Amino acid sequence: MSPAAVSPTGIRFDDIEKRYGGLYALRRVSLEIAAGECVVLAGRNGSGKTTLLRIAAQLVRPSTGQVTFPGTSRDTAANGASEQRPRATAYVAHATMVYDELTAEENLLLFARLVGVPARRERVDALLADVGLAERRDSLVRTFSRGMRQRIAIARALLREPSVLLLDEPATGLDVQGTAWLAETLRRLRDAGCTMLMSLHGETEISSLASRGVRLDAGSVVADTRRGASFASILKFADAS
Amino acid sequence: MSVLSNTTALLGKELRTEFRSRELLTTTVVFILIVMVLFSFTFDPTVGESRRFGPGLLWLAFLFASSLMLQPCFLRELNNDTLSALRLSVSDPFAIFLAKLAANTLFLLLTELLLLPIFAILYNIPVLAVFGQLVLVFFLGSLGVATAGTALSAISAQARMRELMLPLLLLPLLTPVLVASTEVTAGLLDRQPFVQWKGVGFLAVFDVVFLTALWIFGEYLLEE
Amino acid sequence: MWSRLIGGSAVLALVGGAAYASFYVAPEERTMGLVQRIFYLHAACGLTMFTAFFICFCSNIAYVFWRSAKSDALAVSAAEVGLVFSTVNLVTGPIWAHPAWGIWWTWDARLTSAFVLWLLYIAYLLLRTLIEEPERRALLSALFGIFAFLDVPLVYGSIRWWRTQHPQPVLMGGPGSGLEPTMLKIFFFSIFAMHALMVLLLIDRYGLEKMRGEAEIVRRELEAA
Repeated sequence: MSPAAVSPTGIRFDDIEKRYGGLYALRRVSLEIAAGECVVLAGRNGSGKTTLLRIAAQLVRPSTGQVTFPGTSRDTAANGASEQRPRATAYVAHATMVYDELTAEENLLLFARLVGVPARRERVDALLADVGLAERRDSLVRTFSRGMRQRIAIARALLREPSVLLLDEPATGLDVQGTAWLAETLRRLRDAGCTMLMSLHGETEISSLASRGVRLDAGSVVADTRRGASFASILKFADAS
Repeated sequence: MSVLSNTTALLGKELRTEFRSRELLTTTVVFILIVMVLFSFTFDPTVGESRRFGPGLLWLAFLFASSLMLQPCFLRELNNDTLSALRLSVSDPFAIFLAKLAANTLFLLLTELLLLPIFAILYNIPVLAVFGQLVLVFFLGSLGVATAGTALSAISAQARMRELMLPLLLLPLLTPVLVASTEVTAGLLDRQPFVQWKGVGFLAVFDVVFLTALWIFGEYLLEE
Repeated sequence: MWSRLIGGSAVLALVGGAAYASFYVAPEERTMGLVQRIFYLHAACGLTMFTAFFICFCSNIAYVFWRSAKSDALAVSAAEVGLVFSTVNLVTGPIWAHPAWGIWWTWDARLTSAFVLWLLYIAYLLLRTLIEEPERRALLSALFGIFAFLDVPLVYGSIRWWRTQHPQPVLMGGPGSGLEPTMLKIFFFSIFAMHALMVLLLIDRYGLEKMRGEAEIVRRELEAA
């Protein structure tokens, strides 16, 4: 069973290309994210952020290239690349990825059972309290507001302490308190060593957690703070569509 | 987590969801009832004729109903993208299929057993003596329908005109099940009932073939 | 250009030769007379159809595991060509059956299975028209194609065991059974000729499909820009 502390895991994109017929969602993206690094992914809508995140989550297969996770417990293979999704990759997306016809508690218990969270009842109770949905645990998710759905979505992602956290505009639908809570949660995770890659719409509380920024445009990396670009320039058009 | 524990967890979810609303079950039962009544208008339902046509119409009704009932199977996972959540959570994608086909087999079996007494009454065919054997053939047939149907539901969910597409893909594929199940059922409902073991074996083979195919190719069906 | 001309002429010669042989070289069948000659076309198309669908099946498997656009192009070409031969097979059935036995359709194992197969591959092609994104279309249709082909022996088995019409029309029982030597030779020659035609059509359709695929990619690029 995985220990309480996260095992440091990086993300490495090697020459990733994703084509849909004639359309290139990503063109030759190579990026190396160190273990524990917190990276903001910026870019206009359609620049490839969601695709890159979904490839990192291994939900989408790249047309060419590969994504690897250096540092996972599965040791590096002969060719120097480690494979497999690390034991705890968490992904928060636009869609809530929870079942409308189940209650908040049922949803969390189901996913906790699927991934094999030890002492799942306690964990689910703690998470529900954490996201402020303890009183609504027995309500169907269908009855939730957008903000509440986002909170249960984040709770689902955090069932296991993730070593890699992928976030696609995670503050969508959250109000001021919700965003503050999320920023605090992410700070705690970052300090525990979680590697984070997140695409944001300009929420400064969250982007300020990042130590690095990368900007995508039309499927290619056009700026990287690691190579001298400024944070401000990376994020500048984050709000424009 | 093992495939078995994932499957049971997901099966629990499928059953809980369905029994909470019962929308699939009720609509399927009513649909088959309508088909049964309509069929009765197409021939003179004397006992002799009923024995001849009854098994066929029963299975035809089940097949039509299943091609409708199996549509939401993967469609409802596209809502809120819960399919991605499942893919991220389970150790083996086959668990997703196993849970769904087990649930679908159960739902089909339930509707069939619910309608069996009604069929017996409407068409004056005694079924009590062979009830156990009927359950066996219903189970094997429904398992075949559910296995192929669950797999094809994953395909049709990603196509346009999906409501029409699933029956189009599924019904020709299920002709062996229709033939074998009808034969075995006809044997059981005969004046001197007998079990056609050749048919039972054939259904089992069909089930194994498609379960295996699903096991091999399942993960590709779920690819984005 | 020249290879096409030569290939086309060769196939034409073969098919023409087979037709000539069916009508002028083959001895007249005792009971059915003239109409029996269509058997050479009917059976040859049936076997050729099966070969084409088998090629489709192999291409489908190749696509699922290796994702090459060529496999997809070959798969759809083989399916379409197979469907053509299948249609001829199904149409010549009644043409033969009616004068020979007085019935239009005989629900015998091979013919009925051929009909179900026809329906399955129509569904395959229909599925392809309903998925827009090329890679999704290739993958999903390949998966359906695999399931469909795995179903074929089961379809044939179930119909042969329980639904074959009795009494069995004599020659439908088995093409090799009860055929005298000359007929047998012409039978094999017809099969060879049909397969040659199939290969020609396949090559043509495959080339067309590759061009269409490229055009589609360009069109999608333009639409996106």
